[in-house]
Amino acid sequence: MADAYPLELAVNGRRVRRQVPGSRTLLEFLREDLRLTGTNLACDTGDCGACTVLVDGQPYTSCIMLALDVDGREVTTIEGLAARWQAQSGAAPPALHPVQQGFLDEGGAQCGFCTAGMVMAAAGLLEANAAPTATEIQAGLEGNLCRCTGYTKIVTAVAVAAERMRELRR
Amino acid sequence: MSVETGSKPFKVIGTRVPKLDAVEKVTGTVRYLPDLEVPGMVWGRILRTTVPHARIRRIDTRRAEALPGVLGIITGFDVEQYPFGYAKDHLALKRDVVRCIRDEVAAVAAETEEIAAEACRLIEVEYEELPAVFDPAHALRPEAPQIHPQFPGNLVNFSYKFQAGDVERAVREADVVVEGTYTLPYVTTACLGTMAAIAAWDPRGQLTMWSTTQIPFLYQRDLADALGITGDRIRVIQPPVGGNFGRGLDLYPIDIIAALLARHVQCPVKIVFDRDEEFLASPTREPCVFTLRTAARADGTLLARDARVIIDNGAYVSWGSTTPYVMMTTVAGFYRCPNIRFDTAIVYTNNVYSGSMRGYGNLESTFAIEAQMDDLAERLGLDRLEIRKRNANRPGDVTPQGLRITTCALDGCFDAVARDVARPIGRPPRPGWKRGIGYAGMFHVGGGARVYRSDGCGAIVKLDDFGKVSLITGASEIGQGSETVLAMIVAEELGIPFGRVSVVNDDTAVKPWDVGVHASRTTFIAGNAALLAARDVKRQLLTLAAQQLDEPLEELDCEDGVVFVRRAPSRQVAYEKVVRAGHFREGGQILMGQAFYDPPTQMLDKDFRGNVSVTYAFAAQAALVEVEEATGKIEVLRVASAHDVGRALNPIGCEGQIEGGIHMGLGYALTEELKLEQGRVLNPGFLDYKLLTAPDMPEILLTLIETVDEAGPFGAKGLGEAGTIPISAAVANAVKDAVGVRMTELPMTPERVYRALRPARARPS
Repeated sequence: MADAYPLELAVNGRRVRRQVPGSRTLLEFLREDLRLTGTNLACDTGDCGACTVLVDGQPYTSCIMLALDVDGREVTTIEGLAARWQAQSGAAPPALHPVQQGFLDEGGAQCGFCTAGMVMAAAGLLEANAAPTATEIQAGLEGNLCRCTGYTKIVTAVAVAAERMRELRR
Repeated sequence: MSVETGSKPFKVIGTRVPKLDAVEKVTGTVRYLPDLEVPGMVWGRILRTTVPHARIRRIDTRRAEALPGVLGIITGFDVEQYPFGYAKDHLALKRDVVRCIRDEVAAVAAETEEIAAEACRLIEVEYEELPAVFDPAHALRPEAPQIHPQFPGNLVNFSYKFQAGDVERAVREADVVVEGTYTLPYVTTACLGTMAAIAAWDPRGQLTMWSTTQIPFLYQRDLADALGITGDRIRVIQPPVGGNFGRGLDLYPIDIIAALLARHVQCPVKIVFDRDEEFLASPTREPCVFTLRTAARADGTLLARDARVIIDNGAYVSWGSTTPYVMMTTVAGFYRCPNIRFDTAIVYTNNVYSGSMRGYGNLESTFAIEAQMDDLAERLGLDRLEIRKRNANRPGDVTPQGLRITTCALDGCFDAVARDVARPIGRPPRPGWKRGIGYAGMFHVGGGARVYRSDGCGAIVKLDDFGKVSLITGASEIGQGSETVLAMIVAEELGIPFGRVSVVNDDTAVKPWDVGVHASRTTFIAGNAALLAARDVKRQLLTLAAQQLDEPLEELDCEDGVVFVRRAPSRQVAYEKVVRAGHFREGGQILMGQAFYDPPTQMLDKDFRGNVSVTYAFAAQAALVEVEEATGKIEVLRVASAHDVGRALNPIGCEGQIEGGIHMGLGYALTEELKLEQGRVLNPGFLDYKLLTAPDMPEILLTLIETVDEAGPFGAKGLGEAGTIPISAAVANAVKDAVGVRMTELPMTPERVYRALRPARARPS
């Protein structure tokens, strides 16, 4: 492969070593090289948030990030979020991350195309702020577009998840 | 949320059930069309014109063909294809002439998406530019460029002329007449998942399409016609789709081109629109100029409405040109009004063409009608709610077109939103901002809509050896939650836990026929079909169980997954046991029920009269806004929305549809506009086409009113579009209430409000 460079990182807790072209985005790397199709491509310009993943626990839009930029770092996609939560909380599989459970219970997903990115952005938000207000949740999800829900149930889902996580910590 | 209802004798119906597919969606295991790969699959890419109206002089594909990894290139000159679309007025790959900026001139199949895109750049097309016309008013002039020779005067040859009573006389005799012209923009569905297709031909010449369509069976026929084959050779698979909202209601070139390319290169071809392409080449809501007069008596009683709508159809006919069908129904039916005149001009231009989008036709009419309800109230010194309630539709009404209103809680909807919008908000208006409240109501089909000869849907319910129940429905899931509500209906009717029902709804080779997802019809029509199929299998189940239990059929009933004897409930047998005993024997049988539900309705006749829906849906919304006078900025603080839903089968689904509808309707009101200049789309991206974000959304207060319509499944009526329809009118009325200006153009951007405020300020008070 011409113009390819070594990349080594952890994806969903697994060590991955590949040669990747310099122009390959993190999203392309995840979807095409690793076949992790849970992260969706919706704009390719970083404007909609559908491709959000966690890099070292922080949300990033993977469509405008180069794969080589995450060399040596730890990437979590929607497929690995439940396991990440299980490792953090000691919950037994197949427990979902409280944000996933919140989206499930509260009707946060309709067509679901924004859901993976929305869940990852919310999980990242709650890692940074364990007790966000409704306004802080809305602001934290400003970069994630949804065409189905009007965000109402998404904001509720995140608030419910935050509450559950606080309860578990007590 | 509040639900106003009587008792609920149900186990599943009325409970808050998460979507059946939510687990896949929150874990990333759902497989949308872009996630799918068919063995041997290659990538397709469409080359579009660079000028909106031109003769194609020459297409040179030689350089592109020489690019390594390119497998084949097709143009309109070298494939067999047939005209398609509502008026059969274009080809998927254009031959000779291009008529709008989205027009397809060539398509490439290549080993990768990148190579296909690069090959498109290497195709040389020589155009001879033709005079173009982008304004429908200009297109109507005699000297205007003619876009289709077969449609002289640039007029789409559909007439939507409706008349009832004597409008002129009513206007003469009225105490007050208000008039206005309302300019409504291009907007687009902006689904998060773009349009996509995979086409695969097998050695027998059978074509399998993975598509984002929402009309799989009509699509089968339309695609067959476009390819010059018979419909039996096409199988349609509908993977989960990232939104649709009407986008998939017609056949569009992407599907035809995928099939043509796949045939040309003899391997499966996948095409996925990128975001630019989605804004450019997926159907839009039709822009229109809506002129309306409303006449009333001094007490507010409506006497007449007189409407004329000029619709920019764009270059070809799709569903956008049929929106007058719905516009007219609202003009002639929403609020009681005896004298009606409605007419349209549907005009070809060199703009991109419009299709169907959630609430189509009704947002446009409702915006005009509800502006004038407020204008009338103002002129007559009446209360804005009072004038609406005075004219509200009531059960038993027949509209001038012959629409028969059965259940109707329009009054109750207005009461609910008036109550909710007035709740304390917790802070005074900010300095420099003025606060206002606006109301608007809505009337829509709620029991199907007979726009085709059939408005039917088929359903099959199958019981298996292990106590599982499969509902095989014609209805399509497009994210709206139809499969969940249909499964609830089956679970309720069969007396089994909800979790035992699974739904098969994505393959035309398996599922029975259905018209498609439109007109808020799925819960009502497919719900009735599912209910009848469940009833059918239940009868078979009880008949078989009667033999096994040696009891008369009439003595049996079922609940919680068992058939039991009514007078001695301990005598019971589990479903799966009945099923197994049914086929593990000589001369056995399977347990499968089926039904086809086609509602007792009529198509509109040549005079546009007929009862198109079994029942009608009503809603009201109220918006509380603040307007900053210095900047023209509108902030919507609260929306109260009340809906006559018949019965809320799955409240979580009802709320989700309404909340999402409000989001889409608020975008129409405030921020969304696909901007075209000289036929070119200026803002094909989320940065410039502004969808509302989470912090932009107001507080939403919902009321579901249950009128329990006897025609609906467990009393339900359609709801999917209702939340979208009145909100732009409610916001405009709230702006008028706040700062005294009547906004007649959408979206109500700060600039437009600012400009509207200046002359109002200049006038002496």
